[in-house]
Amino acid sequence: MNQLQNFTKGFIKENPVLVLVLGMCPTLATTSSAINGLGMGIATTFVLIGSNVVISLLSNLIPDKVRIPAFIVIIASFVTIVDLLMQAYVPDLYEKLGIFIPLIVVNCIVLGRAEAFASKNAVFPSFVDGFGMGLGFTMALGILGAIREIIGSGAIFGYKFISGDGILVFILAPGAFIALGYLIALINRFKRT
Amino acid sequence: MAKTESTFKNMAMALTFIAIGASTCLGFVHEFTKKPIELSILNKKLNAIKQVVPEFNNNPNDEMFRLPTGEGDSLDIYPAKKDDLIVGYAINTYTKDGFSGNISIMAGFKPDGSIINTSVLQQKETPGLGTKMTEPLFKDQFIDKNPSEFMLKVKKDGGPVDAITAATISSRAFCDAIQRAYNTLQKGETK
Amino acid sequence: MEYILIIISAIFINNVVLSQYLGICPFLGVSNKVNTALGMTGAVTFVIVLATMVTYLIQTYVLNKLGIGFMQTITFILVIASLVQMVEIILKKVSPPLYQALGIFLPLITTNCAVLGVAILVIKKEYNLIEGVVYSASTAIGFGLALVILAGIREQLELAEVPKAMKGVPISLVIAGIMALAFMGFTGIVK
Repeated sequence: MNQLQNFTKGFIKENPVLVLVLGMCPTLATTSSAINGLGMGIATTFVLIGSNVVISLLSNLIPDKVRIPAFIVIIASFVTIVDLLMQAYVPDLYEKLGIFIPLIVVNCIVLGRAEAFASKNAVFPSFVDGFGMGLGFTMALGILGAIREIIGSGAIFGYKFISGDGILVFILAPGAFIALGYLIALINRFKRT
Repeated sequence: MAKTESTFKNMAMALTFIAIGASTCLGFVHEFTKKPIELSILNKKLNAIKQVVPEFNNNPNDEMFRLPTGEGDSLDIYPAKKDDLIVGYAINTYTKDGFSGNISIMAGFKPDGSIINTSVLQQKETPGLGTKMTEPLFKDQFIDKNPSEFMLKVKKDGGPVDAITAATISSRAFCDAIQRAYNTLQKGETK
Repeated sequence: MEYILIIISAIFINNVVLSQYLGICPFLGVSNKVNTALGMTGAVTFVIVLATMVTYLIQTYVLNKLGIGFMQTITFILVIASLVQMVEIILKKVSPPLYQALGIFLPLITTNCAVLGVAILVIKKEYNLIEGVVYSASTAIGFGLALVILAGIREQLELAEVPKAMKGVPISLVIAGIMALAFMGFTGIVK
């Protein structure tokens, strides 16, 4: 496939959240508002790009038997870098995302792309793959976050457009599950038509 | 693409190399971000303090002191001074009686013990109910009240505090935190 | 007494899956048969408790002592990955049928955010070693509880007419949402 296809496959056809059903935990936990969802997506994209590139560069030097621990160390390093940078420069977002920033290291999307793509492809395609998948992830989180914020708080990006509260359950756990469930069902419906 | 063989020597070398590389990079980033992180934590504290005491021109964080609560722990107290005269104490207090766990509050007191203002730092209360404790409708009723005369108890418990509708437990917890701060300050000042 | 609080809180009030959003991937993946759900719970419990103990010791005696707290993510995940490898090897020898039944989900325990999540939370909540073990074991029980309930419901669902677009993940998510709603009723037990 050419690089454009490589880049855009993560948006819809192979969207990690809505199609491949990976990375559920951060998807449900950080989408109580659109900004939180987007922030999480961008942080994860950074890790995806970084780890895909480094793993692709080193893939020939890493013996096969130790590739999983090696990948994990590389991914964990990028996660720590993102963690420290966010703590320093965007402390409010850092607090909102909380424990889910270090949890990027166990986000199946990152290890999945490293194993399935970056370890078998050259640097530029790996970069494109990481970027595309990350953007797809970010979009899905942004959309889910926007839905939950609009219905749950009556606001979008922090601007309230109704007075009083929305359907609060949507910014809590049950709402997260239900909203994502229906969103994926919707995508399934569209895929068939 | 030729792959490196999985001999013991290669495996050990690869892992060691990656471990060293990772630790070095991280150590570097850590050094680089240490100052900004300390600064943002300090700013957050100062912002909370600014909200609960009148104008000051000292550095409350540098003059922070601790007082025992009488329950086995102590609270951080930040004195706010204007031209070397105390204008208020910002106390980082907490309560364990929140509906969904601990709540931490920055409470500002005048030297005579009356409440200046409060700012909720951390809470996990039910959105739409307990979270209303951060809204003026609830928290403004404490402004200028002195706990020595204004009992920090909700109406249900015989006190004058107007609890949040359907969030009595959160309201009680809020009062508990303020009471703890007041008690600690009073005990300390008599020393 | 404190321990009962930790146990009830971890299983019901702040259920790791339905309230803290951890462990969702295996929750959705292994919940179609009650038997596999139970087997998975056993494996996860073992890994979580061991991992919590080891990571706690490493945090206290290595990371904190040397002031390299920022290495937490790397060291914790490496500990967990190694433990899972160990469990795989042991299980293969001790109970091959269970090993076969769990299949690919066994190595996937490494990426189960509940394991790493709990290890980090124990440090954040400043539990000591015993409290940490109690907390992690209770969390695993809570995970198992949610898993087994969902598996039971999904087994029943095989006999129902689910719309094509909702089959599989979407309907499981909606069920989980309703379960989460039900579990929300537990908040406020501990007061």
